[in-house]
Amino acid sequence: MINFNLFVLPFTIGLLYLFIVIGKSWYHWIAALPAIDKLKLTNGLKHPGQVLGALKEIFLESLVHRKMWKQNPLLGYMHMSFALGWFLLIVLGNIESRFYSGTHLNAPYYPIFLKFFIHDRLVLFFEVYSVPGLFRFIMDFLLLFILSGLVLAVIKRKRSKWFGMKRTTTHQFIDRVALTALWMIFPMRLLAESFTAGYYGAGGGFMTQPLGDFLTFITPLPSDFIAYTMWWGYSLVLGLFFITLPYSRYMHIPTELLLIFFRHCGIQPKKWYSSYSETEVESCSRCGVCIDVCPLLSAGIYDSQAVYFIRGVRDRYVPEEITRKCLVCGRCQDVCPVGISTDSLRLIKRRELNSGQIADYGFLSNGHVRQAEVVYFSGCMSHLTPTIIRAMRGIMTQANINFVHLDELQSVCCGRPLMIAGKDKQAHELIEFNKTLIKQTHANLLITSCPICYRVFREEYNLPIRIQHHSQFILNLVKTGKIPLQANFRKVAYHDPCDLGRGTKTYEAPRELLQKISDLVQVRDEANKAHCCGGSLGLFEASSQQKDLITRAALEALMENQPETIATACPLCKKTFSTHSPVMVMDIAELVFAAIPKNKLTGNEINF
Amino acid sequence: MKDFGFTIQHNNSIDYDINDKRMMHYVAFHEPSINWCIGCGSCTATCSTGHFTFFNIRQVHTLLRRGETGRLKQEIKKCMFCGKCQLACPRGVNLRNVLLTINRAIEQIG
Repeated sequence: MINFNLFVLPFTIGLLYLFIVIGKSWYHWIAALPAIDKLKLTNGLKHPGQVLGALKEIFLESLVHRKMWKQNPLLGYMHMSFALGWFLLIVLGNIESRFYSGTHLNAPYYPIFLKFFIHDRLVLFFEVYSVPGLFRFIMDFLLLFILSGLVLAVIKRKRSKWFGMKRTTTHQFIDRVALTALWMIFPMRLLAESFTAGYYGAGGGFMTQPLGDFLTFITPLPSDFIAYTMWWGYSLVLGLFFITLPYSRYMHIPTELLLIFFRHCGIQPKKWYSSYSETEVESCSRCGVCIDVCPLLSAGIYDSQAVYFIRGVRDRYVPEEITRKCLVCGRCQDVCPVGISTDSLRLIKRRELNSGQIADYGFLSNGHVRQAEVVYFSGCMSHLTPTIIRAMRGIMTQANINFVHLDELQSVCCGRPLMIAGKDKQAHELIEFNKTLIKQTHANLLITSCPICYRVFREEYNLPIRIQHHSQFILNLVKTGKIPLQANFRKVAYHDPCDLGRGTKTYEAPRELLQKISDLVQVRDEANKAHCCGGSLGLFEASSQQKDLITRAALEALMENQPETIATACPLCKKTFSTHSPVMVMDIAELVFAAIPKNKLTGNEINF
Repeated sequence: MKDFGFTIQHNNSIDYDINDKRMMHYVAFHEPSINWCIGCGSCTATCSTGHFTFFNIRQVHTLLRRGETGRLKQEIKKCMFCGKCQLACPRGVNLRNVLLTINRAIEQIG
């Protein structure tokens, strides 16, 4: 029997084309990696542990869609039914086809269109001992599984709220074509298999056989003709899907696999647009999970969310305005099911925009700095909230710490505001200047009051000394009993600053400290889900009114349990909130300083 | 000739009818909030760079409006971009973007 028919051609050509395109892209991305990353990749692939880890992540994320389940069970089920269902359909279909063909190497189309070639009512030899027609049952079950997901997908287009998504991505034309093709695949398969089973009176499973019998019964046309048309249709939509896949969002399916391997081999995002970045961009499935969490929504900005920005990067056209219209707060990065470093991609593009600009910081001159054990860098923003500086100096004096306040009179910026604007070269001039100053103090600990500075100290400075945010430092002082505290039972809501929380993953220290002195209340979106205060230096293209709207939205979440005070650990957040907040906004340092019993104060603190 | 310690001054007058307004228009188009400025000077008072050297954002604004691009280019290089000015501004002028836009204007208009 010749297992060939003309209708398999669209599918086969599409599949061949798809493999060529994917192969070319993978080759291009791997070849374009820097030498060190190539070494990491080859080393990683030699380690069974890393490969297994990557395979495990591929199974959990790409097939089961674990993060989507966490987002919303309905959303998770929908994605799983498509990914895992189709995957199993392919794998089991292949195994099934081998029993029938008796060879190990089938034509690629053979398993896909097996029911066209085989109309078996017999039970395979090994199936006698299990369920009769086991394969037919499984294949029908998997098809039903996918079709249930398809029904959900159709509903999601209209009722995305049921899936926990207020907004979904607005798709481009090519995405819509690919989406339609994908949605058509499984109903076409159902119809083709059913009509065939109905015509031959055999070969179908628990779903296709009765449906086929029924359809054959009611249709006036000859059912073999309809079946043949349906097989053509099935092959055509498959072919169309495969050909549109590389140019649509479904390119994320093959690319994500490579990205997961890259990540497990320890390859990091670069500061420039590398082939890792390109893999990340192509891995974006445009699921739109990042849209709902974007704080810009509350300011009425709907066009610059990570999904649209990344699509722009992929299409090699991002309006400058979109690149700059982002708080760089990291909320999208936190929820991204693919784990794309959206913030670093945004900064890469900003760097490209500002490459030509120069700066001249010749006016900075190295003054004399006193030596001390601890160096305190309050940061520019703290100079706008001098109470934080006063509290910090008071606390350190109380604890008898030999410290030097590096930017007491004249503050040199830490460099992150420049980096966030994409001016890395300029930032490094300031970084070098600050590094020299810090080294002159011979301190072994650097404390900063500003999470923006804290982050850049950790990520860019490469200092040989320990770096702490003041919340961690004060917590240490309290734990070692260097400052006496008297708890008051004020209701305090803690706001996680973006750079301290998502930026440097410091969630626990401020909370532990606050629990020692006050009654910490729950906040609607806490820790990694915390809102941005709206004052972020990352946002350029938004008016002050729009920023106010973001601040209002963040305050609403903070005020839900009626706290008496809002605590934060960032001078910028404090400054931003205090103009809008109905209650006092205080920094952790201020709260701690206020909690030191008055009779225990040594008296030196009031000098500041 | 005898030096009496004074000279005839150069003509410093700015002719608003013929000066180069391209850069100002560029900035005002891309960041309209610059027009809200009342010239109070809070930005200048709080400026980090201003503590080290003569750098005056209000002056930068004036240079921009007068079209004195030569001096503007020299001045703008000193900015450290920390963003304090923006927080101090009572009118909500988006100052970091103003400064960034001036940089872009210099790149594109020259």
